[in-house]
Amino acid sequence: MTEAPNAETFVISLLLTLLAGITLAIIRQRNMFGVVILSGIYSFLMASIMIALDAVDVAMTEASVGAGISTVILLATLYLTGSMEYPQRRSVIIPLCLSLAVGAILIWGTSGLPKFGVADAPIHKHVGPTYIQYSKDHKMPPNMVTAVLADFRGYDTLGETAVVFTAGIGVLLLLQGGWRVSSAGRKRDDEDDENEPSARSASDAANGGTSAGGTSA
Amino acid sequence: MRFDLILRVGAKLVLPFILLFALYVQFHGDYGPGGGFQAGVIAAGMVILYALIFGIRAAKQIAPPAIVEMMVPLGVLLYAGTGMAGIFLGDNFLEYTAFAHDFLHAHEWGIFTVELGVLITVCSTMIVMFYAFVERGRS
Amino acid sequence: MMDALQQFSAHYNYYITIFLMISGLFIVIARGNLIKKLIGLSLFQTSVYLLYLTPAKIVGGTAPIYDKNFTVYANPLPHVLMLTAIVVGVATLALGLALVVRIKEAYGTVEEDEIFTKDPESE
Repeated sequence: MTEAPNAETFVISLLLTLLAGITLAIIRQRNMFGVVILSGIYSFLMASIMIALDAVDVAMTEASVGAGISTVILLATLYLTGSMEYPQRRSVIIPLCLSLAVGAILIWGTSGLPKFGVADAPIHKHVGPTYIQYSKDHKMPPNMVTAVLADFRGYDTLGETAVVFTAGIGVLLLLQGGWRVSSAGRKRDDEDDENEPSARSASDAANGGTSAGGTSA
Repeated sequence: MRFDLILRVGAKLVLPFILLFALYVQFHGDYGPGGGFQAGVIAAGMVILYALIFGIRAAKQIAPPAIVEMMVPLGVLLYAGTGMAGIFLGDNFLEYTAFAHDFLHAHEWGIFTVELGVLITVCSTMIVMFYAFVERGRS
Repeated sequence: MMDALQQFSAHYNYYITIFLMISGLFIVIARGNLIKKLIGLSLFQTSVYLLYLTPAKIVGGTAPIYDKNFTVYANPLPHVLMLTAIVVGVATLALGLALVVRIKEAYGTVEEDEIFTKDPESE
């Protein structure tokens, strides 16, 4: 080889290989509890890789969000739904062939991509140097990620905050409403009208309104 | 888990430092890794840890659902309001240059307010989601 | 031979990214459990994080936080995009899980095949 493989690249490759192993375990594991724990491990490994890739802000987010919040929410869901996956009745041949075909096309596509870690790749030529220059000139805070997040790309972040807000409202509407559906698949109408014992929140009122409108229509 | 003494005492020791770390991540975000998204999730993690160990009822006393639900739109409004403030001061939407006499200071103020809005929305959304899932399991 | 090996090691990150991507795709198509499908979807999403962060890295560079002792920094733009994508990802995962909880309450199961047999519309 013309250039010696340096330690940084080696560590990243090792962690990525571990990540692939965890992924195989997630595919094979039938117990959903095990899958959730494995996905927590996956998130921590991913955070380590992100640190090795110099993305410290992203690593912090992945460690707290991926391994923390999403594991807790997945476990809360498992408590409500049960944790065993039934043995498969359909064949896996077609999905496997489809996935491998997609993978082959994508691998063919990577041959045109620049090599890993080189400084003269096209991505480092366009807007990145501008952002770095702003921080160097002391026109922006030293953390370029914060500067880009909240200032240069403020519109983006406003949109993302709105998406988080919308998802939160959606979860409230789905889970906190007075509406209950019986396991026969039919809505028990008597529950949401007068027998509601506790008006828990404003979303209750919203749900009551829509269901009343639906029955009268 | 209710009567596990070591867990309860250990959690009480750790909890304030988690909140302190969240505030550090929030306000030091200009100079080190961090920002509103991370701080919001860490602060929500503190409430969730409290709820896991001391029960959902105790958690609802330190973070009442009514207040937390109000904080969800408040953060987005603070963010959009910062953008509108730029318009009223004669600039474009989300342009912070008019906030102070100096370019760097003005933009630091803008970033600070915007990140505060992100913190409020992300933190309260995570807590609200957790409450919703837990309440569904109890009823 | 040496050339091919060098090509392989220079694109190893992309190969793992593609492996994660098609694993997520495989889980979403082949597994019937709805929670497993959502985890497969988040695997797919995580592979996109890697796809963005890999080209941003410069070997020998440092994290994009300015300090006068360093001159080479990673590109901050992909970091910003992925940072917001992660938080939005967990919000949408929670929304999907809320839907799964409602489906469980309505049908008594989270297995796709059983939902299809119980659904009167699908006959």
